[in-house]
Formats: sequence, C-alpha cells, structure tokens
Amino acid sequence: MWKWLHPYAKTEEAYKLSQTLLPWFGISALIALVAGFAWGLLFAPADYQQGDSFRIIYIHVPSALMSMGAYSAMAIAAFIGLVWQIRPAFMTMIAIAPVGAVVTFVALFTGAAWGKPMWGTWWVWDARLTSELILLFLYLGVIALYKSFDDKQQAGKAAGVMAIVGVVNLPIIHFSVEWWNTLHQGATISKFAKPSIATEMLWPLLISLFGMAMYIGYVTLLRLQNEIIRREAHRPWVIALMREDKE
Amino acid sequence: MHFSSFSDFIAMGGYGFFVWLAFGVSIVAMLMIIGESLYQRKSLKHYVHDEVKRKARIAAMKDKQRSEQEA
Repeated sequence: MWKWLHPYAKTEEAYKLSQTLLPWFGISALIALVAGFAWGLLFAPADYQQGDSFRIIYIHVPSALMSMGAYSAMAIAAFIGLVWQIRPAFMTMIAIAPVGAVVTFVALFTGAAWGKPMWGTWWVWDARLTSELILLFLYLGVIALYKSFDDKQQAGKAAGVMAIVGVVNLPIIHFSVEWWNTLHQGATISKFAKPSIATEMLWPLLISLFGMAMYIGYVTLLRLQNEIIRREAHRPWVIALMREDKE
Repeated sequence: MHFSSFSDFIAMGGYGFFVWLAFGVSIVAMLMIIGESLYQRKSLKHYVHDEVKRKARIAAMKDKQRSEQEA
C-alpha cells in the first residue's frame, strides 16, 4: 500500500519530487497571501470593538496556527527519520525548522503589535504568550543541536528526539487560553465549534491561512533541496545538476 | 471597499502604526528567509563547482607525478 513512497527514500527522487512541487507551492502561496491580505486589509468590515486594529488578525492567526502546524510536521518528519532511518526525513526536519522559527517570530511580533493598542502592553508573561515563545526556543534548539554535530545522521537523531519531545508544548499552547487566566482572547477558528467570526471576516482569514501553509511548504522544499545538495555534494547526479543550471 | 480614501486606508482608523508595523516586519522577515535560502543555494553551487575543479587538479597532479617517476 505504501510502496509508492519507497523511491522517495532516495535523495535523488526526493529532489526531483520537490522540484516538481516547488513552483505550485510558490505560486499558490503568493496568490493566496496577496489575496488574503488585500481582502482583509481593504474589504473586510471593521470590528465593532477593536476597529481597524483587528486587521492584524489576517497575519497573526495564520502565522500562529501554522507555527504549530509546521512544528507537528517537523516532529512527524523526525519520527519517520528515527523509526525507519529514512535520510530525507531528517533533511525535511531541518528544512522546516528555520521557516518554522520565522513564522513563530511573526506570530509573536504581530501579537505584540496588536497587544499594544488593545491591551496597553507589548508583552505579558501569561500562558499563551510564554508557551508560544517556548515554541520559538524549541525551533532554535533543534537548529542549534543539528548544527553542533559534524556527523549529520547523528545530528538528525539528536535534534529529532528534541523535536519529538517538544510536541508536548503544542497542546499547552492550544489550551493555554482555557486552562489559565489570560489577556489573550479565545480561539477564533476551531475544529469543534462554529467560528466566532462573521463570514465576511472569515473568508480572507481562511485564504491567508492557506497561503501561509503554502509559504511554509515552499520555503521547506527550497531548503530541503539545499540540504540534499549539501549532503550529496560529491554524487555525480548532484554535480551534473549543478552544472546544468549554472547561471 | 471599506475605506473611502487612500489616506483613510493608511490611517487604519487611528491604528495605522500598529497595523503597518505588524504587516511590514512580518513580510520582511518572511522574504528574508527566502533570500537566505536562495543565497545558500548559490554558495552551494559554487562549492560543488570548486570541488569538481579541485578533484581534477589533484588527479592531474597525480598523473604528472606518476609519469615523472616512470621516466
């Protein structure tokens, strides 16, 4: 049943697949992010309590949700690498980490810029904000741990264990607004309930969310290719490939 | 269209500074990581080319030494 997956354990096949997927992710990320932001900034109605400051939601919620989504993807890649010893899995893990860190930073920064006018402070040490900050440190920790080993298979194992252990932080982030008293508002979109947001405001949010996911996919594929080239630099197919698209 | 004029759009009902700060810094950060990845690709390309040249030089040197020893 899963046999079609096996060729992609080879770095050459994984590279070819990522090359095919790359433009699709890039184009859909660009279109969805531009459309979602423009719709959210220009056409969505203002919030009855927060006025136009609520428009920060169109970058804050997608980045915050996807910072957790990217972390799950990274942990799944780490798990596959540890259990089945598939080399491109660790390469995918380390390709996701930097873009995950950037998206987490975006979530924290836009949250601060939204908190200042609405709460009167850029930052509070409450559960939601602190656990999201820990997520950023987890991403940075995975990157640092991976860099500190010269043997990259060993590095993948060590960083992979850290990535998997860090998954415990994800439910903490998600439920932090329910478990503790916090300044942060509750969930806007939830799988289990009707969204607490008007439809005219929801559509651009969903489009930006999709765009953010595609953006993370695009950067991940780009960095996965880099990692494959770095690790396989002496293979004939890499040398041929690098000669082929010499600018 | 929610705003009646361009200056209205920039002002964001008085929250312009925060809205544009959030979007501006985020978009710059998101573009920077793409730029860094592309720069990495470029230096990897150079590295692969240099390695090929280096190997060729070493091989040529060994050939030369061998033919000198035989002579």
